[in-house]
Amino acid sequence: MSDYVEISNLSKVFPTPKGPLRVVKDFNLRIRRGEFVSLIGHSGCGKSTVLSILAGLSDASSGGIILAGKELTGPGPDRGVVFQSPTLLPWMTAMENVMLGVDQVFYTASREERRQIAEYYLVVVGLGDAMHKRPAELSQGMRQRVGIARAFALSPKMLLLDEPFGMLDSLTRFELQQVLLDLWNRNRLTALMVTHDVDEALFLSDRIIMMTNGPEAEVGEILEVPFARPRHRKELLENPEYYRLREQLIEFLNTRAYTLKGQTPGQGHGPGPGSNTITMVKSMMAAEPVSRS
Amino acid sequence: MNKLRRIQWDALLMPMVGVVLSLLAWQLVSGRVVQKVQPDGTMEEVKSGLVQDLPGPIQTWEKTSKYIVEPFAKREELDQGILRFTWYSLVIVAKGYAIALLLGTPLGFLLGLSKNFSKMFDPIIQVLRPVSPLAWMPLGVVIFANSGRSANELAALFTIAVCAMWPTVLNTAVGVRAIPQDYLNIARVLKLSRTKTLFKIMIPATLPYMFTGYRLSLGIAWLVIVAVEMLTGRIGIGNFLWNEYNNGLYTSIVLCILTIGLVGFLLDRAMSLLERRFKSAI
Ligand SMILES: Nc1ncnc2c1ncn2[C@@H]1O[C@H](COP(=O)(O)OP(=O)(O)OP(=O)(O)O)[C@@H](O)[C@H]1O
Ligand SMILES: [Mg+2]
Repeated sequence: MSDYVEISNLSKVFPTPKGPLRVVKDFNLRIRRGEFVSLIGHSGCGKSTVLSILAGLSDASSGGIILAGKELTGPGPDRGVVFQSPTLLPWMTAMENVMLGVDQVFYTASREERRQIAEYYLVVVGLGDAMHKRPAELSQGMRQRVGIARAFALSPKMLLLDEPFGMLDSLTRFELQQVLLDLWNRNRLTALMVTHDVDEALFLSDRIIMMTNGPEAEVGEILEVPFARPRHRKELLENPEYYRLREQLIEFLNTRAYTLKGQTPGQGHGPGPGSNTITMVKSMMAAEPVSRS
Repeated sequence: MNKLRRIQWDALLMPMVGVVLSLLAWQLVSGRVVQKVQPDGTMEEVKSGLVQDLPGPIQTWEKTSKYIVEPFAKREELDQGILRFTWYSLVIVAKGYAIALLLGTPLGFLLGLSKNFSKMFDPIIQVLRPVSPLAWMPLGVVIFANSGRSANELAALFTIAVCAMWPTVLNTAVGVRAIPQDYLNIARVLKLSRTKTLFKIMIPATLPYMFTGYRLSLGIAWLVIVAVEMLTGRIGIGNFLWNEYNNGLYTSIVLCILTIGLVGFLLDRAMSLLERRFKSAI
């Protein structure tokens, strides 16, 4: 299958008091239709920058993006975006928040059909009982479920996720990763997700793009994740291959993310990738076996 | 339990103590009339006290109770119950206030939305804002001089609206500028039409600010009424106050001041209740 998304020589320069700062330089990436790709890299390397250019919320300084054969210009509902905090409109219920987009995209459908679309996705993400609540009445995790439902309900050509579970506690994060995976298994939307979490990337993606450090960050290495779908967290964690790949990711982040840019390891900023999720998952499963599929 | 009761007591008792103390102070400084025996043996009435012409609380009650006991009575055009006068004033304030909101809200939106509009008109607004109602009123009379019988009424509405508008204008503008970029991004990503963006996103996001402006505007509208009625001779509580002053009936002045204050307080409470309901809805 040919490439569905083509990001070519993307660069972004920010004006700063100290002169222009080229955050991302010559970022190239091709994504096949129905592929789930993760973008991983150190904090501040420019992951969000790339994603917001894809979303059309920020302009590229040079380079271009082609989505489904068309050059991207500006934002549009053909891309479903999920940010770290879901930015729901606080005066609307979960349902109304989802409907706002559904009304725009499916304007030819009847009101009842549109309501059913919104309801379907809210039920699938597990908000069947809470869809008429406002964000203030929902927990952080439930709000992010609304955010996910809202993005999927647009039936977008592409899904863009920027650390969608970054603000959640680890239990909720596992739950929502599962929700996302289940939804994605139904639709197989082409997706690009930014994450800090190597386990999250391995669990969800077909490919993991490792970005070098900035400034002038670019694609460092690409890791193919060979695990068959549908995936189950428990099986993955029993697979020695999983640990080999995980080691490779951490290895990149700890050394080659720096050395590829001529930097010395350890001079990065922000939280590193040395997550302890593995031990957490193991203790969690010892207490309560994961039976979801 | 015990503590709770004490708090409730405090909330009631302490203001009462405050009222009593204020009444005492009032009584102390107010003037009174005393009988004095003159050297030639005749009795003469002499004023005494710190502020000789200020009626004390007891005297005020004696002289003005007829306005309070029958608050809605209408004996003559200039002799009506205090709440009846208040009602006349409230009606015109409501009209002027409505005009202030209808003009002020869109103006605030324009200021908040357009940098150029804001650069053009913000200085003018800052200059006009501190102008007293006493200064606007004559201008209103001039503007509506040819409107026949309703000239006074229109001039009054003009003054109230112009004076009360500014907090609404400024708070709305601040609110529009404070709309989080994230909310506007939703509109951009979904490609909402301008109207839809305005009604589904911008107005709801600005509502709490707008209501703060509305509350402040109402306070000013009520503040302006006395000046307006004094100058136009329109019947109402401010006009009553002015007439009684001219007739030397100072007790009524005190009654009017207390009534105006109380009504203003109640209006503010009502608005802040409404405001809180809107804020909690968001
Ligand atoms: N508007 C801006 N003006 C100037 N510099 C910016 C701007 N936005 C981002 N940057 C800089 O660009 C770099 C990349 O930022 P970006 O948010 O894309 O990083 P990130 O990889 O998403 O980081 P994180 O993992 O912490 O979210 C950072 O060094 C940041 O300081
Ligand atoms: Mg980021």
